[in-house]
Amino acid sequence: MSNYVLEMENIIKDFPGVRALNNVNFKVRKGEIHALVGENGAGKSTLMKVLSGVYPYGTYEGKILIDGKEQNFENIKDSEAAGIGIIYQELALVKEMNIAENIYLGSEFSTFGIINWDKAISKTTGLLNEVGLTENPYTKVVHLGIGKQQLVEIAKALSKNVNILIFDEPTAALNEDDSENLLHIIRKLKDQGISCIYISHKLKEVKEIADTITILRDGETIETYSNGENVTVDKIITGMVGRELTQLYPRKEHTAGEVVLEVKNWTVYNPEIPDKKIIDGVSFTAKKGEILGIAGLMGAGRTELMMSLFGAYGVKKLGEFYIDSEKADIKGPRDAIEKGFCYLSEDRKKNGLVLMMDIKENITLASLDKISNIRGINENEEIKITNHYVNALTIKTPSIEQKTKNLSGGNQQKVVISKWLMAAPKILILDEPTRGIDVGAKYEIYNIMNDLIDKGVSIIMISSELPEILGISDRILVMHEGKLTAELDWKEASQEKIMHFATGGR
Amino acid sequence: MATKSVEKYSSLEIIKMSLRNNIRQYTMFIALIGIMLIFSLLSGVFFTPRNLSTLFLQTAHIAILASGVVLVIVAGHIDLSIGAVVGLTGAIAAILQAHYGLGVLPAIIITLAVGALIGLWQGYWVAYRDVPAFIVTLAGMMIFNGLLLGVTRGETIATSSMFNKLGQDYIPTLFFINSPKDMLPHDTTIIFLVFVIVAYLWYELKRRKERITYGFDILPIKLFALKIALVISLITAVFLIMALYLGIPYSIVILMVIGSLYTFITTKTTFGRHVYAIGGNKEAAKLSGINIRQRTLWIFISSGILGAIGGIIYTARVGSAAASAGQGMELDVIAAAIIGGTSTLGGQGTIVGAIIGALVMTTLNNGMLLLDVGTTERLIVRGLVLLLAVWIDISSRKRDA
Repeated sequence: MSNYVLEMENIIKDFPGVRALNNVNFKVRKGEIHALVGENGAGKSTLMKVLSGVYPYGTYEGKILIDGKEQNFENIKDSEAAGIGIIYQELALVKEMNIAENIYLGSEFSTFGIINWDKAISKTTGLLNEVGLTENPYTKVVHLGIGKQQLVEIAKALSKNVNILIFDEPTAALNEDDSENLLHIIRKLKDQGISCIYISHKLKEVKEIADTITILRDGETIETYSNGENVTVDKIITGMVGRELTQLYPRKEHTAGEVVLEVKNWTVYNPEIPDKKIIDGVSFTAKKGEILGIAGLMGAGRTELMMSLFGAYGVKKLGEFYIDSEKADIKGPRDAIEKGFCYLSEDRKKNGLVLMMDIKENITLASLDKISNIRGINENEEIKITNHYVNALTIKTPSIEQKTKNLSGGNQQKVVISKWLMAAPKILILDEPTRGIDVGAKYEIYNIMNDLIDKGVSIIMISSELPEILGISDRILVMHEGKLTAELDWKEASQEKIMHFATGGR
Repeated sequence: MATKSVEKYSSLEIIKMSLRNNIRQYTMFIALIGIMLIFSLLSGVFFTPRNLSTLFLQTAHIAILASGVVLVIVAGHIDLSIGAVVGLTGAIAAILQAHYGLGVLPAIIITLAVGALIGLWQGYWVAYRDVPAFIVTLAGMMIFNGLLLGVTRGETIATSSMFNKLGQDYIPTLFFINSPKDMLPHDTTIIFLVFVIVAYLWYELKRRKERITYGFDILPIKLFALKIALVISLITAVFLIMALYLGIPYSIVILMVIGSLYTFITTKTTFGRHVYAIGGNKEAAKLSGINIRQRTLWIFISSGILGAIGGIIYTARVGSAAASAGQGMELDVIAAAIIGGTSTLGGQGTIVGAIIGALVMTTLNNGMLLLDVGTTERLIVRGLVLLLAVWIDISSRKRDA
């Protein structure tokens, strides 16, 4: 009898033209938190899909053993029956249903099709207790914050008596508080003997929580070691990318020029709750040739602030702002773009790209006027400009006619960045520019930002990753509940300081 | 990059890639040819210039309307009022001439204006009042059917023979009168054919030259010639069919103009690109500075105008306007667009596809009529074909992903 609850041995998974997994070995002990790390495309998700039965038995080679017994999962139901639960990056809850309905969706307590809700509610209360939620089971999921929704997902998994729980980037969308709370819950689950597989790009978290770390690279297991003193974030990164990254952030000295954006007393009311100010009297400036970092927790109003300036958010707005000392009267994104004020949205798949369009169509989407005349869009100019950006930003693709849905996250982000570069911005707002993309592509995006600064663009970067804010900004604004709480020079800023102001400290 | 032809790939590979990338358009085209072949085998009458010309005549209004609805569906909306608009505008065109003594041209201009107004009305509700297009055009269908009943008072209004030419007649000959019996081709049609071929050649050569100037990859000369030869023989076949009967019908001339115009709009203009972006990802379109409301309004105005054109041609073909005209036509039109590869989810679709889709629908109808298949079976078959087409489309898309 082995002491592993889960053993995946010599897993090979081929897709047409690519070997996604090549002899991967992955073993999880009972009651441990086992982190699985690797760049995007390293094979983490594929491995988990093999494990959870999304890729049924027979479509891969190798063995899956649970408690020493070989398993042949035909579908997700089979893996659930074997005690495997998975919490996806994108939450899979039905928003308009309440907590109890969501938890027992698909496995209702029913006799002849009639659901016993009393039983479901009482069980739900117990499960919510386990994950530290005090919400009423009748609460609709739509009324919960994203952090609490995640806990409901976990409760749902627990309701199925899992022994192995997989977390796929669980904190990607969470603020620091919620992340902290989630890690706490995961530790609690561990103490109850549940083995957790933890997939994350946030290495600090991995370092903090994991007992064991397995690194995947290009579909192969690089190493597995227990987390200890000698394991550093740098060491993990080295394993992931296969090369020594001397510094994670390419800091360059910038000299800020004249003020290009001046915001005075900007107030925006919540479109849904008309008497609630979502942005409250914010004033700040952005200068030519500097990166202005905007830090804050989820819900601080950073995205709303920028979107409302851009003309894409809010109905009732007070205050004024100036672009190049000229009062800006922006009624919609078109006006903003014409003034050289561009906004790269935080969710590239939802708000940035038209996924079924190809690379060139996405890049030119915001500046079609530049390449068209009475005879229509000049396709040759379009190809020429696209080729230029594909080369300049090293977008990896077999063709510029590749649909953007087929690109990796980092390349997709570069396409959206190209779209805004083509619009020739004076002020470029980047909302979470490196979210969900791998270390190598992140680094390239920082370099692109530095190049733009050299060309005299003013960059405003919203980021939830404190090291990123600290590593790349020249000046840092901190927001809390719609108000600006601090302005710091990067030299005087630290994680602790930012967190202090972001949580409402004075 | 040097001005070289694509030597990275062999000709065979290029053909394969092109097939793979445009599989949807080719499938429908091959299906159309297949259906035509089957009917030719089953019925001696089917593959005659006379029957095929009639088939084109029957397709014209559906294909024109389908071109308009492609924009609507690509943008993520729907237009259920097409049939009612066809009926109403057709009746208006007839009444203006019969009761108010207007000439053909003024009557047509006013009818087109009414179509634009209808589009403005529906577009306003969809674009600026955020009412779903399904509801707006369902309401429109009822309203316009009501108006149609009101203006016709339930009577059938005959249209003038001059007006009917638009739906029934062929462009005149220039030098000598031909008749289908003597197998002498229709001269103007042949001239028209030569003109189209020259225009096509000029366009392809210009494109190739431009790509060379830009230093882009170009097709190897053999493949280029093959492609041109294929397209030209296809164009020639279509024109010859008509030349061997009575020539090109006016309605097909109108379809050609509208088909070309809408292909240009969808592939070459900012407006067209915006429509696809709105249908593909509304939020991304908005943040890219696209004025979604204004674009949506114009999509519906276009649909209204094409509705009026369809109404004019349909009424002219039938030779009269009646209160029941156009009923259910929207279903044929939407089916044509969808069979032709327009995605019901928005963001994808082509004008050529929709025209082929319209041809598939009328060919099925025409062929089955020749084989004496009853209305019941014809409806069932066409329903099944629609289902099959969408199923093939969806399963091929899954394979893509």
